[in-house]
Amino acid sequence: MTLSVRIIPCLDVTDGRVVKGVNFTDLVDAGDPVEMAALYNLEGADELTFLDISASVAGRETTLDVVRRTAEQVFIPLTVGGGIRSVDDVNRLLRAGADKVSINTSAIARPELIAEIADRFGSQVLVLSVDARRARTESGFEVTTHGGRQSADMDALAWVEQACALGVGEILLNSMDADGTRAGYDIGMITAVRAVSKVPLIASGGAGSLEDFSAALDAGADALLAASVFHFGIHRIGDVKSYLGKHNYPVRQMAPH
Amino acid sequence: MIAILDYGSGNLRSAERAFATAGKDVIVTSDRAVALEAEGLVVPGVGAFAACMNGLNAVDGAAIVRERLAKERPTLGICIGMQIMFTQGTEHADGAPHAGIGVWDGTVSQLDAPILPHMGWNTVEAAPTSTLFEGVEGESFYFVHSYAAKKAVGTTQAWSTHGEKFLAAVEDGYISATQFHPEKSGVAGLALIKNWVGSL
Repeated sequence: MTLSVRIIPCLDVTDGRVVKGVNFTDLVDAGDPVEMAALYNLEGADELTFLDISASVAGRETTLDVVRRTAEQVFIPLTVGGGIRSVDDVNRLLRAGADKVSINTSAIARPELIAEIADRFGSQVLVLSVDARRARTESGFEVTTHGGRQSADMDALAWVEQACALGVGEILLNSMDADGTRAGYDIGMITAVRAVSKVPLIASGGAGSLEDFSAALDAGADALLAASVFHFGIHRIGDVKSYLGKHNYPVRQMAPH
Repeated sequence: MIAILDYGSGNLRSAERAFATAGKDVIVTSDRAVALEAEGLVVPGVGAFAACMNGLNAVDGAAIVRERLAKERPTLGICIGMQIMFTQGTEHADGAPHAGIGVWDGTVSQLDAPILPHMGWNTVEAAPTSTLFEGVEGESFYFVHSYAAKKAVGTTQAWSTHGEKFLAAVEDGYISATQFHPEKSGVAGLALIKNWVGSL
């Protein structure tokens, strides 16, 4: 009885479609989110993450509908992030069928939001998404906003420690340097964040080769998030799980159906 | 008809849809009479033990569970909905225990593990006589919790481990409970739900 490592495909959703780019730019259409969620579920995804990158109110409403339709047919955990600014926003998403929400910019602007959400719904619904990059801060890593385009003037490790104290249940660590490059997760960053946190850690940004996934686990990640390698068919989820299983990492094997 | 007790916020939609796959009508309700009369009652649970009990008390949930038990009507607790079936929980900033419904005698306390919550898919060790786990004994189920009961209660137990061994599920006559989320445990979870619905 060992907790399995989780493989989590991330779907960046805007106006009801999945898109993917490199370093959050040059977005191309990658498919229908509900269809892709159902497919990834069949392929053995352990969780799904939707990141709503819509800029408009109408786009956000569309995402609620995508969450509803996904929750009706996919019975694995679903995390939704993007544009969440209040306890009410969280409530709407949970009621639509999300199990967890991830917050980022709004928590940087107002850290008390973390405690407000955790008090109402419990820490287990709350993922802190940290877009970090290498920089000349105390730890060598800084927090960014606007998809990595702006510095938040905060040390990444100090932010993680503060957020954990306020009550986040999980950390999604996204390397802005590695995102979309398929050159590997930022192992140094994962190691550093693992050392200062006791909640589950999801590594994100840079997954390319199968060895990249195991390297992130060795650095202390509990779960592995990837987008483009799955969307563009470079690896199937089953390939990643087979590789990890063969190398003695605990993975969930699917029931035959 | 299956009733899912609505006594606070959270994702009840997944539970509603998952139980509907077993072929029964499902209603999400906070109505006392509906919850009492339903063929099967599901008590979900989100948030902390104390907050969950407060929400439950607001809809007279503890009395509903006890009355159903007395009238031999099946109830299934999920996650915190399992934990609040015990006498007490220690999920408090000061560690002081908070009273649960008390169907089972025991304390729900924090898991002794380096990483919490225990979040993700884990296997369970189920008793061969289990009804819930029939056909899915070797499967993984989705857990999200930091607290658990660690001593055997009821007639049939399933165990899992995260840092230490804890109760993953209990079957005890007309009341059953799972620490994991069957409605979020994919094909294996839906099979377990079908087993429970089939036993009603």
